[in-house]
Amino acid sequence: MATQQSRSAARLMMAPAVVLLLGWMLVPLSMTLYFSFKKYLPLRGGDLGWVGFENYSRFVSSSAFWPSVQTTLIIVGSVLLITVIFGVLLALLLDQPMWGQGIVRILVIAPFFVMPTVSALVWKNIFMDPVNGLFAHLWRVFGAEPVQWLSQASLPSLIMIVSWQWLPFATLILLTAIQSLDSEQLEAAEMDGASPLKRFWYIILPHLGRAITIVILIQTIFLLAVFAEIFVTTGGAFGTKTLTYLIFQRVLESQNVGLGSAGGVYAIILANIIALFLMRIVGKNLDA
Amino acid sequence: MARAVTQQRKIINTVLAWVIGLLIFFPILWTFLTSFKTEATAIADPPVFLFFDWTLENYTEVQNRSDYLKHFTNSVIIAVGSTILGVLIAIPAAWSMAFVPSKRTKDILLWMLSTKMLPAVGVLYPIYLIFIELRLLDSKIGLTIILMLINLPIIVWMLYTYFKEIPNEILEAARMDGATLKSEIFYVLTPMAVPGIASTVLLNVILAWNEAFWTLNLTAAKAAPLTAFIASYSSPEGLFYAKLSAASTMAIAPILIMGWFSQKQLVRGLTFGAVK
Amino acid sequence: MGGITLSQVSKRFGTTEVIRPLDLEINDGEFVVFVGPSGCGKSTLLRLIAGLEDVSGGAILIDGNDVSNTPPAKRGLAMVFQSYALYPHMSVRKNIAFPLKMAGMNKAEIAKRVDHAAHILSLTDYLDRRPGQLSGGQRQRVAIGRSIVREPQAFLFDEPLSNLDAALRGNMRLEISELHQNLKTTMIYVTHDQVEAMTMAYKIVVLQNGVIEQVGTPLELYRNPANLFVAGFIGSPSMNFATGLAAEKYDATTIGFRPEHLKLFAEGGDWHGTVGVSERLGSDTFLHVNIDGIGQVTVRSDGDIDIRYGDTVSVTPDPARIHRFDASGVALQ
Repeated sequence: MATQQSRSAARLMMAPAVVLLLGWMLVPLSMTLYFSFKKYLPLRGGDLGWVGFENYSRFVSSSAFWPSVQTTLIIVGSVLLITVIFGVLLALLLDQPMWGQGIVRILVIAPFFVMPTVSALVWKNIFMDPVNGLFAHLWRVFGAEPVQWLSQASLPSLIMIVSWQWLPFATLILLTAIQSLDSEQLEAAEMDGASPLKRFWYIILPHLGRAITIVILIQTIFLLAVFAEIFVTTGGAFGTKTLTYLIFQRVLESQNVGLGSAGGVYAIILANIIALFLMRIVGKNLDA
Repeated sequence: MARAVTQQRKIINTVLAWVIGLLIFFPILWTFLTSFKTEATAIADPPVFLFFDWTLENYTEVQNRSDYLKHFTNSVIIAVGSTILGVLIAIPAAWSMAFVPSKRTKDILLWMLSTKMLPAVGVLYPIYLIFIELRLLDSKIGLTIILMLINLPIIVWMLYTYFKEIPNEILEAARMDGATLKSEIFYVLTPMAVPGIASTVLLNVILAWNEAFWTLNLTAAKAAPLTAFIASYSSPEGLFYAKLSAASTMAIAPILIMGWFSQKQLVRGLTFGAVK
Repeated sequence: MGGITLSQVSKRFGTTEVIRPLDLEINDGEFVVFVGPSGCGKSTLLRLIAGLEDVSGGAILIDGNDVSNTPPAKRGLAMVFQSYALYPHMSVRKNIAFPLKMAGMNKAEIAKRVDHAAHILSLTDYLDRRPGQLSGGQRQRVAIGRSIVREPQAFLFDEPLSNLDAALRGNMRLEISELHQNLKTTMIYVTHDQVEAMTMAYKIVVLQNGVIEQVGTPLELYRNPANLFVAGFIGSPSMNFATGLAAEKYDATTIGFRPEHLKLFAEGGDWHGTVGVSERLGSDTFLHVNIDGIGQVTVRSDGDIDIRYGDTVSVTPDPARIHRFDASGVALQ
C-alpha cells in the first residue's frame, strides 16, 4: 500500500545495498568458477590454459581430500553435539530462580565475544602448553604425565576450544526460547500428573525444537568456516586440516589457484545446501 | 513460575550455576589475572591465583615493543568504519523493505541473508587478486569495505526488523505534515529507531572486531587489526605468557563490555529474528 | 478555498477493485462523513484524497486543480489518524510545530501558532510532555492540534474516535463539531459508526463494496433511503424489513418500517405476534416481537410500558412512514 512515487523512491533507496551485495556475490564467484576450470599457478607459470573438470576430480581424488572431509565432519559434528546438549542443560539451569542470575548469564556469554585468535592463543599457550600450561600443572598434581594436547590430542583439543566459543551462543538462544514458553503450559502438564522428566520430554523439548534447528543450522555454517583457531594452533598439522583449511592451503600456501578454486566451489555448494534449509525457516517466520 | 520455590532448591541452583558460570569464564579471568603477573609468576608451578605482586609492566611492554596502540586504532577504524558505512547504506534499504513492501521484498531479504552464508574461503583468491589490482592489500580502506559487505546483510536485516515495529501511520502523518522523504527519514524514522540502530551498530562492531578470516589474509604489518596482531604472538618460544595475556585482555575488554550491553539484541541479530 | 471534486476516481489493488469509478462533490466548508461497514473502501477513499495512495483511474481536484499526481505534502490537507500517529520522541509542542517546521516557517510565528492551537484545545499545560504521558483524549487533541496549525484547505479524519472509550467519544464528537463551527474549513470524516455520522455530518456519503450507495444530509438519508442497504445501515435500532404478503399489500417486493414508526396495541392492529426479549433503556423500551408471517421485528415503545416475555400483542405500522423497495432493492417513490 503506497503510491507510485514512494515505490520508485523505495527502489532507488534499495539500489545501493542490492547492487553492492550483487557485486560482492557475483564478481568473486564468477572468478572462482573461471579459475576452477584452469590450470593456474601464479608462481609457476601463471595461466596454463583450460583443463575442464580436471581440478574438480583432482581435488576430490587428492590424498588430503577425504581426511579433510572427515576432520571437518568430526569437528562440526562434535561441536554441534556438545554445544546443543550442554546448551539445553545450561539454558534450563539458567532459567531456574537463583541469586545473581544476571551475573551468571554474563559469565556464560562472555566467551562468545572473545576474538577467535585470542581464544586460540590463550588455550594453546596458557592452558594446553605441555610444559607451562595450566593443564600440565594440573596433570602433574595428580602425578600424571602432561599431555601434548595440540599434537597428540589435536582434534579433541580443537573441538574443546571451538565448543567453548560456541556454547554461549547456543545457550543464549536456547535460553531465550525457553523463556518464551508459556509457564501455564507447564503448570497444566503438572496438574495432569507429568513428572519433571516427562515435562521436559513432552513440552520443553518440542518447544525448543525450532530454536535447536536454528542453532544447528547457523553454527554449521560458521563451523564449516572455522579458520583462525586452526591457523593459530596447529596450522593444519596433526590431522586438523579441515576442508576450509585445505582450500586455503591450496590457494595461498601452495599457490595452486585452479585446484583451490575447484575446492572453493565445493565449499560454496555445501554451504548453500545448508543455507537453503535455514532460509526456509527464516522465510516462514517472515510470513508470520 | 508463579509458585514459590523452596529455598533449598534455589540454593542448589545458585551454587550449580555459579560453579558452571565461573568454569566457563575461567579462561578469560585467568588471562586477565596473568596479565598483571611477571613472566616468572605467570608460569610458576604451582600456579599463583591472586596473591602475587601486581604489575602493569606487561601493558607498557606490549605497547613499547609492538606498537599495540596502532593495531588497536586499526581495529577501531575498521570495525566502526565498516559498521557506519553499512548502516548508512542499510537504512534506506531497510526503510524501503519495511514501509513500501512489494511481492519481491521477502525474496530480496532472504537473498541478502544468503550472501552472508557464502564461505569466505571459496572466494579468497579472487578477492586477493582484486585487492592486489586495486592496491588495497594491507589497507584499512580495503578491509573496511570487505567487512562492511560481509555484515551488510545482517545490518539490513536487523534494521528491517526494528523498522517493522514502527507503525506506518506515523510516517504517513509526517508525509501529510509536509515532510519530504529526506526529512521523514531524518526527523521521524531515525529518532524513533534509535534504540534499534544502536543495537545494530553494537552487534556489528562486535562482529567486525572479531572477524578473523579476511583480517588475517588481507593484512600485513600496516593495516593489521588486533586479530592479526594477536596471531603474531603464536610463536611458542620464550617467556611471554604475561605479555600475551596483557595484549589479549586489551583486545577483548572493549568488546566484552559492549557485548554485555547487547546480549538481548544479539539473539535477534544472530538468528535473523527466527528466535524471539 | 477547500472544495474537493472526485471525478471517476477508482482504485485497484492488484486485480481487486476496491473503489469502483465514482463521482463526488464536496463543497468548501462542508463537514462530510464517509460511512460504511468495514472493508467498504471508505478509508481507501480518504487515503486517495490524502495522496497516500495513487488513484488507479479518474482525477481528484482540490479547488479546481488536479492533484491526482501531487504528493501528499503538497496537497494542503491535514490528516488525523486512527492511532493519532503522534511522534513519540517529540514533546507535544514539537509535535504540533512539526508541520510548520517542515514548511520552513520562522520560529516566532511557529511559537505563536502552537500556543494558539494549544489554547483552543486546552493543551497549554501539557506542551512539554511526551505523547506517552498523555491520556487517549489528550493525544487525540494533540493530533488535531498538529493538523489545525497549518491552516489546511481541508481536514481528513480517519476513524479518529475508535480508540476512545464511549464517554470520551461523546465529548470528542462535540469538540470536533465545535471546531468545525469555529474554523469553517472543509472536513472529511471516516467512520463505521452511523451514530457518529448522523450526529456530526452535514453530508453523509454511504459506501458499500467500493460504491457510493447514497449521498445526502442525515435527515434525507433517514427519511428517504435510496435502497435497502442505506435503509438498514442508517438509524438505530435498524429498520425492520418484511417481504411476501405483507409487502405485496404495498405493491413492493420488500417493505421497511422503523421501530419508532410502529404502534403497539393489545389487539386489533394489522399484525399479531408474541413479545420476546425486551430491552429497557429507561427513556424507551425496545421490544423484539415475533410477528406471524413476518418474523422478528423491533418495536420502540414507552420506557415504562407494562409488557412481559410471551405476551401477545398487535402491531400497526405508520402507513406514511413505510419504505417500499423493488426486487433489486431500490426504493420506490
